[in-house]
Amino acid sequence: MKTLDQIFVLTQHWLTGLAPAALQPLVSMLLIIAALMAVFGTCFALTTILERKTLGRMQNRYGPNRVGPFGLLQPAADGIKMLTKEDIVPEAADKALHFLAPLALTAPVWLAFAVLPFGRNMSAIELDAGILFFFAIGSASELAVFMAGWSSQNKYSLLGAMRAIAQMISYEVPLVLASVPVLMAAGSLSLPEIVRAQSGYALGWIPRWNVLTPWGAAGFGVFLVAAAAESNRCPFDLPEGESELIAGFLTEYSGFKYALFFLGEYLGLFAVTGLGVTLFLGGWHAPASWLEWLPSWGWFGAKFSALIFLFIWMRATLPRLRLDQLLNFAWKFLVPLALIDLVAAAAWLKSGGWQFAWALETRWLLCATLLAPAYVCLGRHWRGGTPKPRRYHYAQ
Amino acid sequence: MLGLGILKGFMETGRNFCGSYYDPERLTTVQYPEERLEPQANARTIPFLIYDGSDPIGGLRCTACTICEQECPAHCIEIVKDTAKKPDYLGKMQLHPKVFDIDTAVCMECGICAEVCPFDSIKMDQVFERAGSHRRLTLHKDDLSKSNEYYNKIHPAEAAAVDAARAEEQKKAQARKAAAAVPATP
Repeated sequence: MKTLDQIFVLTQHWLTGLAPAALQPLVSMLLIIAALMAVFGTCFALTTILERKTLGRMQNRYGPNRVGPFGLLQPAADGIKMLTKEDIVPEAADKALHFLAPLALTAPVWLAFAVLPFGRNMSAIELDAGILFFFAIGSASELAVFMAGWSSQNKYSLLGAMRAIAQMISYEVPLVLASVPVLMAAGSLSLPEIVRAQSGYALGWIPRWNVLTPWGAAGFGVFLVAAAAESNRCPFDLPEGESELIAGFLTEYSGFKYALFFLGEYLGLFAVTGLGVTLFLGGWHAPASWLEWLPSWGWFGAKFSALIFLFIWMRATLPRLRLDQLLNFAWKFLVPLALIDLVAAAAWLKSGGWQFAWALETRWLLCATLLAPAYVCLGRHWRGGTPKPRRYHYAQ
Repeated sequence: MLGLGILKGFMETGRNFCGSYYDPERLTTVQYPEERLEPQANARTIPFLIYDGSDPIGGLRCTACTICEQECPAHCIEIVKDTAKKPDYLGKMQLHPKVFDIDTAVCMECGICAEVCPFDSIKMDQVFERAGSHRRLTLHKDDLSKSNEYYNKIHPAEAAAVDAARAEEQKKAQARKAAAAVPATP
């Protein structure tokens, strides 16, 4: 079992050993890059088809089922279609920026995977400030989106890009604030260290995952919503809002550049989902001690797939928000809730040394009294109370 | 409270997701090339010509009166009359079309030709899979000619009424002929 758990690490070491000594660091790096690109490239293809099938089922349809068995070759057909389509660049566009935008979106996203621990000993680089690196890389996508919108010389593109900037900058704040309690609990910025801090079991059987603490549950909720917004997923996909903006910043893109934007978007989703698994769901740890014989990367994959399914489910369920609702929700609900969650986490961690009877229950109650009223009150007032009936001055 | 409505929505889509796997009634999609819906009796596409008997050209009911050609709002019908006359089902001598073409690129499937035809000769078809690898959009007499049995199959009620009316006319015509034949032999 030990071998199966470490099979990828051992294979990589063995393959690196085959190369001459001078080239070994380079070969080791290239192997990791190739593996990451292969795994998450396949993941992208599978997610597109499974998302379409799941959405179909949730709307009582079949979904794509024509290409290959159960329609599983649909991504290949889509890829060929995208490759053979004409690549149209508008006459007035800034050609260089227009060309660079999809690359600038896709390239940094790959870097984010470098710091994620996918299993025991399985992170490409163990940075001490891994989470800082992750957020720094993640914010590069805003630039790419605005490049795309600005260079297209199209009002819809520009409006979409401006919406995207407003949305992504607003939601980065709750995303980071929701991860701060985890850093407080682990006492480290390194992602493998955060996973290590979540090992073991409380009371002998409850895993010490952050999501199973009161502040962790609240933080995970905020993190999920902010992650959906950060990766432009439904119901926060208004940068592309088809019904209002044609396709937002994608309006003037066609062919493979369009596909690259989608690749970047999905990879961003994967990266932020992997971060969510690492921060709140115990990373690659098994949920119970008798399940630990399963390989660690399998557990990471299972949690990762479950979260991706949750995002797809969210897409099938919720309609798109309006822009003012979106920003109000970020600044008047998520950010205050994340700040109160910070206080709750501090209280939880400070009270960790309590020894008297009912200490755990008291700590839960303490955090709940901080979080629950805040949730109810903020949930009631983030829209600014009930709206007054609208008066039309000129129409009456 | 915020979130309860969202949870309700999640329950609904979740129920659809699970339900669509064990309850095929939920899936309303008809998987077209393998499955088909029964055609509706009043569905119509392009017109066709009816023939009686077994000869698709000789048995055509069309008498080349050109009413349909004149009434067609899109002018997609072209008729050239033959010079020879043949007896119709009532025994009258009638002309026949030498050429009967319908330009299906122009036809808008309105059904006016079928409404104005006094001989119940032109009716609306139900074929809709007309795509092909050729560019032949003008249909000729032999493409358009279809049997009365086919007409009975696609529009049963309407065809039965037409057949009954024609049988009635035929009977009357025979009676008239018999009546005309009686005084000739005093």
